[in-house]
Amino acid sequence: MSDAFAEALQETLAEVAQDRPVLEFDDVELSFAGVKALGGVTFEVRPKELFAIIGPNGAGKTSIFNVISGVYRPQKGSVRFLGEPILGKQPHEIAAMGLSRTFQNIELFENLTVIDNLMLGRHQHVRYGVFSALVYAGRARGEEVVHRGVVEDIIDFLEIEQYRKFPVGLLPYGIQKRVELGRALALEPKLLLLDEPVAGMNLEETEDMARFILDIRDELDIAMILVEHDMGLVMDLADRVLVQDFGLAIATGAPSEIQRNPDVIRAYLGEEHRSSVGVTATARDRATGDTP
Amino acid sequence: MTGGRTAGSARRGRPELYTSYEADSALLNTRPKRVAVLLIVALAVIVPFLLTDNVLLILATAFVASIGAIGLNLVTGYAGQVSLGHAFFLGLGAFTGAVLSGDPDGRTVGLGMQLLVWLPAAGLVAAAAGLLVAPFAVRLRGLYLAIVTLGLVFLGEHLFREMQFITGGVGVGRPGPVPELFGFRFDQAGEVLGVMLTRNQKMYYLMFVLLLIMAVAGRNIARSAIGRAFAAVRDRDIAAEVIGVPLTKYKALAFTISSFYAGIAGALLYTVIGVIEPGSFNLLMSVQYIAMVLIGGVATISGSIMGAVFITLLPRITREVPKFLPFISGGATGGGILNVFQLEAILYGLLIIGFLIFEPRGLYGIWIRTRNYWKGWPFSY
Ligand SMILES: Nc1ncnc2c1ncn2[C@@H]1O[C@H](COP(=O)(O)OP(=O)(O)OP(=O)(O)O)[C@@H](O)[C@H]1O
Ligand SMILES: [Mg+2]
Repeated sequence: MSDAFAEALQETLAEVAQDRPVLEFDDVELSFAGVKALGGVTFEVRPKELFAIIGPNGAGKTSIFNVISGVYRPQKGSVRFLGEPILGKQPHEIAAMGLSRTFQNIELFENLTVIDNLMLGRHQHVRYGVFSALVYAGRARGEEVVHRGVVEDIIDFLEIEQYRKFPVGLLPYGIQKRVELGRALALEPKLLLLDEPVAGMNLEETEDMARFILDIRDELDIAMILVEHDMGLVMDLADRVLVQDFGLAIATGAPSEIQRNPDVIRAYLGEEHRSSVGVTATARDRATGDTP
Repeated sequence: MTGGRTAGSARRGRPELYTSYEADSALLNTRPKRVAVLLIVALAVIVPFLLTDNVLLILATAFVASIGAIGLNLVTGYAGQVSLGHAFFLGLGAFTGAVLSGDPDGRTVGLGMQLLVWLPAAGLVAAAAGLLVAPFAVRLRGLYLAIVTLGLVFLGEHLFREMQFITGGVGVGRPGPVPELFGFRFDQAGEVLGVMLTRNQKMYYLMFVLLLIMAVAGRNIARSAIGRAFAAVRDRDIAAEVIGVPLTKYKALAFTISSFYAGIAGALLYTVIGVIEPGSFNLLMSVQYIAMVLIGGVATISGSIMGAVFITLLPRITREVPKFLPFISGGATGGGILNVFQLEAILYGLLIIGFLIFEPRGLYGIWIRTRNYWKGWPFSY
């Protein structure tokens, strides 16, 4: 991809230090009126890594994302993003540091077009203010054209060209999932959180999404956390896997280790063994290749 | 890639082919739109010579109301923050304009300044008030926000009643802002470029030009990153925050911009009417503006104008009703089951409910459907 988006992104990612973790999640506890969603979870995500979190329903995976993005405030623990503590920051402040995410239940702006949804993903890169906007000349116009160029590159990358001017509420579910990924990419993230990106998708849609995720890791070099129930996808794509059960991290390691771990087999894979669901051979080949 | 549409032969082949993103997002991005706007402007320019002075006054009022409606639509339609406080900001603008432009020797305070000073000042004073109120407003939403903004109207009514040296007091009032620009008076008949114009013809032109400026500015806000952020805040506030749109900032900004528009509209409204009655800035006025937005079309600039024109013309129409329906009386007293004012209030209610149920996109939606129908004519599918 030799384009405006890739160039802007590489410039952004060049700021990421390669010798320390992108994210340090340290002994985080979160409860809701007695329900313990997270009971002291610790892990770290390294640069360029595809880190997966798996676990049964209600294990606390989405809660981890909500803590990282500033939606939930944990009672205990610390979270550092790019070395800086982020607990207590507003979600938009964390986003401005370079964090973006998708949601388990799609959270797009249904009334807006695909283009406008992606343009909103670029909001924090917009520099012009109210007065330029009022006249919509000079600075505002120039910037809009640049952002539009970046957005169009992302649209091409995700192969959603034919939908670009549709209100997203009218699009099929699988396409909406892609648009949401596009909106998250538009932010030029240094860490990207994907909450069940292939949930509810058919085989073909799942393979497309797996391909995009691989491209994001291998060509764009963005560090990612992937929460997913599709065990085949996780074992094929992830560099490292964290297994979460009842709010506790019960194991962390390379996919091959995780699959052999007796605790994991008992707690998770034992009851619900669905490994190797529909991922392409190429995806599988490229998988554990650069495990740190 | 900056030349807009392709020229020459390519243009003949695919007239709607855009060659740049800039052309795509331009205000008038299709030829029919450009032709329509040219026609409307041409019509607007000759209308003063075709209609009576009375009707011109109503149209000038409608243009000013449109500015106010655009303001309310920015905060309520685009940013999704229901405000019942619009009348308060209209009042602030009206009295700011009146004080700055008023006769220094008059009964009420006046500083004798010209339009170029008092008009922006009217907007800025209202905007400043909007900014002051915003911190309270951003914590609330829906019904709670509506009630707090309603409180503003009561506060305003009290202030305007008590501050007689500025407002002249209830039942008396004071002269509206004086539209004087570098010695040129828009409120007096006179010759312009060799043509004799009446007061109302001049007012009509002034308000038309100002509406044009405010409408284009509103449209620009709407299509910019700011307008997108408003829509994001309206549709999904948590997702908006998470992707980097500061919620509080944009709620406050929507309030401030909307109040600016209200301030400008308030000052101009009483420039046209001539006298400010301090009791006018009540809940009914706020409801009228909500009706304009809902009936015209939520989150559209052209809809705001349609709604404002419609609501401004409504009393004109209801006033004719007693001629045909004898049980409706023309005055506030008189016989009959209803008087025209009651009829008007009932109509607002019915129209708001009717549009909400049957055409939530308002007059704008009706216009879009009609246009799409004729686009396919004669093939109705
Ligand atoms: N806002 C909330 N209020 C109350 N309880 C919550 C809230 N969010 C999460 N929980 C609880 O925290 C626990 C973990 O929820 P979470 O959504 O993180 O699970 P998950 O691993 O993402 O599950 P799934 O695979 O179903 O998405 C659950 O018991 C859930 O009911
Ligand atoms: Mg979840």
